[in-house]
Amino acid sequence: MLSSEQTLGNLIRDKGRPGRRGYTLPKPDVDEISLENVLPEDALRKEKPRLPEVDEPTVIRHYTNLSRKNWGIDTNFYPLGSCTMKHNPRANEAAAAVPGFAGLHPLQPEDQAQGALRVMHELQVFLSEISGFPAISLQPLAGAQGELTSILMVKKYFEDAGDEGRTNVLIPETAHGTNPATATMAGFNAQSIGLDEHGCVNVEELKEKADETTAALMITNPNTCGVYERNISEIAELLHEAGAFLYMDGANMNANLGRMRPSDAGADIMHFNLHKTFSTPHGGGGPGSGAIACSEKLAPFRPVPVVEKEGESYRFVSPEKTIGRVAGFHGNFGVLLKAWNYIRMHGPELKDVTDMAVLNANYVRARLKGTYRIPYEGPCKHEVVVQPPKGMKALDIAKGLIDHGFHPPTIYFPLVVKEAMLIEPTETESKETLDDFVGAMLELAQSKDLEEAPTKAPTRRLDEAKAARQLKAHW
Amino acid sequence: MARFTPHTEDDIREMLGAIGVETLDDLFADVSPKQDQPLDLPSALSEYEVLEGVSELAGENITGLPVFLGAGAYDRIVPSAIGAITARGEFLTSYTPYQPEVSQGGLQVIFEFQSVISELTGMEVANASVYDGANAAAEAALMTARLTKRDPKVAVSAGLNPRYREVIETYRVATVELPFDGGTTDFSEVPEDVSGVFVQSPNFFGIVEDVGAASQAAHEAGALSVAVCDPISLAVLEAPGNLEADIAVGETQPLGMPLLYGGPYAGYMATREKFVRQLPGRIAGETVDKDGRLAYVLTLRAREQDIRRARANSNLCTNQALMALAATVYAALMGPEGLRKVAELSISKAHYLARRLGESGFELRYPDAPFLWEFAVEMPDVARANEALLEAGIVGGLDLGDGAMLVAVTEKRRKEELDRFVEVVADAQ
Repeated sequence: MLSSEQTLGNLIRDKGRPGRRGYTLPKPDVDEISLENVLPEDALRKEKPRLPEVDEPTVIRHYTNLSRKNWGIDTNFYPLGSCTMKHNPRANEAAAAVPGFAGLHPLQPEDQAQGALRVMHELQVFLSEISGFPAISLQPLAGAQGELTSILMVKKYFEDAGDEGRTNVLIPETAHGTNPATATMAGFNAQSIGLDEHGCVNVEELKEKADETTAALMITNPNTCGVYERNISEIAELLHEAGAFLYMDGANMNANLGRMRPSDAGADIMHFNLHKTFSTPHGGGGPGSGAIACSEKLAPFRPVPVVEKEGESYRFVSPEKTIGRVAGFHGNFGVLLKAWNYIRMHGPELKDVTDMAVLNANYVRARLKGTYRIPYEGPCKHEVVVQPPKGMKALDIAKGLIDHGFHPPTIYFPLVVKEAMLIEPTETESKETLDDFVGAMLELAQSKDLEEAPTKAPTRRLDEAKAARQLKAHW
Repeated sequence: MARFTPHTEDDIREMLGAIGVETLDDLFADVSPKQDQPLDLPSALSEYEVLEGVSELAGENITGLPVFLGAGAYDRIVPSAIGAITARGEFLTSYTPYQPEVSQGGLQVIFEFQSVISELTGMEVANASVYDGANAAAEAALMTARLTKRDPKVAVSAGLNPRYREVIETYRVATVELPFDGGTTDFSEVPEDVSGVFVQSPNFFGIVEDVGAASQAAHEAGALSVAVCDPISLAVLEAPGNLEADIAVGETQPLGMPLLYGGPYAGYMATREKFVRQLPGRIAGETVDKDGRLAYVLTLRAREQDIRRARANSNLCTNQALMALAATVYAALMGPEGLRKVAELSISKAHYLARRLGESGFELRYPDAPFLWEFAVEMPDVARANEALLEAGIVGGLDLGDGAMLVAVTEKRRKEELDRFVEVVADAQ
């Protein structure tokens, strides 16, 4: 497929030759210093790093060709469950490229950065309105860090209150792996809680487990089965009676815009994934933003800094009992700006985003029903979990989808559903795309010999065990 | 209605029919409590209007001037080729490469990024990047605790970027202070109970530290050493891997990322292969496909949260893939000679500025310590100097709050700008 690889080798470094350069720097306009004269000899580098020595045309061709071995939303339908792979409007990119933002140094004094601070402040106000919470922090750099920030705030709250016995964080079986990992990292025991027949948190079990050792429950709503947690208000009450907090993982907020506010449902704190719900590009796995929203009770514990408006100007302030700093500077500002941009382009019509996302998921659900097993009753929310016909593997269907030109859904997650395929179409896909996808899914359900799939992708299935056994992670 | 949603009224009607419900509201019948009021947000704007607004807001920031601020983020040249590659939708709009057959591009980029970092740091293995430099430092601190089986407690000095220290502390790692004298850290008395010893070189004040001494002191205490290094500096400074460091971390923003008010950037982490199972985050490794063709895949996944859940070595989910791509393209364009040139230009210009300031009566805070492109200069009234600089169209250095300014000089600064800087601050004092 990429014919030049036989002679050139695979990696950018293989395509170079000593002495080639890919970039020309300005000529020196001051006397050039000899390093030996200003630095101790043993501090100087002895051997130069083995980096590529290539020209710009080679660099562009190499990475352009690599990009052609990668699928994105731009190239293929990408219904990866719980990841909200919606179209990324290019106006967002244009906004972040404006020189008046791109060239702004993070340590310029606040009075030199009023535009940036105003964007942050307005985004705080928007997220407050969407979640119903009075307090926001834009600091966390990804969803997982939003979780950690929230749970560290809960930890600090109890330390501050002198309540030392709260060692447990309850985690439903449907939770993302980041939830229990976060609980551990924040110094809690992750305690599992089971589900009822609807795929929701088991309230009877919660009644037994929520006690004076409980710090919080981490709930995702809708949960990772795509099911709305119908007892969320009761769950919140049970936790509050036990003196604990309800944390809501906002990974699935694309199902809630204008339809449900987490604070109304009794949650105390939550994180947003701005890169999911508010369309900032996932970039192959980052950058994201895990902004958080919380109640007055937890607000004093937010990380530094928070933006406040004072008269007509904006400034950074430190919440009174802050957990400290979670990012080197002030959050992933570029991502914040893109999310702000997206919200400005939608306004109250954000509700339509949610409505169309939920419509698309239910449409796929209805069309697959009968061929695929659907473990939970409908309607689903923005995503639907299905199981292949008996005897078939989710992995094989997934690899078969690749040969049909569709990125597979999330598979083998949530863990509570055997052979799970978690499909999240998002609102930006047309009925025709969904029909084609459903057509492929139905055809694959009848297929044999899927073990060989994919055959049309840049590679066949990989030997993953070899990669771990004979680790080679460096050229 | 539709902005980025394609459905017509007919589509919606047909789809509701296929689902077997009457209205969109029926799909939310199970939602409780319901939000009954419309979202109170400013009304929707067209793309043209919103971007006009962005430009207006951008005008309220002061940019486009020569910048002498550093302290962890540097105003360096960003080659145009980087933006052309990072804007490719195949990279921009993809996600974590869970399906390696259709993610070979992103996986190979991660492999190349890891290789660039391993080469610069002199380490055997690097991860796919983490959120930023400060978080790389915090993750390294936690890593030292897991590897030494001690409580997380690290020795740091004033030479460590204070923001990094703050993030380390937020992650519930205790810190103990090492003496800092004459611009460098004194590693002669490291407490016996720490899990890690941090050395930043060049340090917060731009000064080259003795990474080897930090490693030795750490090892004598039964702890691990963590070197925090600006990747550009590693074109000219000895690699921490050759100075017995156990973990090397840092901020990759200088490798081709715009300042963008502090992010997104990416942190790097590199270590010895024997420590790889305690290295957090994604790692791409080489393998073969069914036909025996070379390919890349995320590997050693049993360390990670989606497999190991509560027992994972971190809650890290994604890396900063797009920023790692930018850093990789930057390293490829520059190559070893270009990187060295960036470092040498910056050093030459910074030393020129320091000398000129000296001639105008300003003293360096640490006159005997070897520095690269950043230095602290004594200045009785930094605020006034910075005001005067701004009036002259220059963004001055960082006010250290104790009668000194931290000044960073990159390859972008022209001689006239340096001369003007000296004139203005001399007049202002």
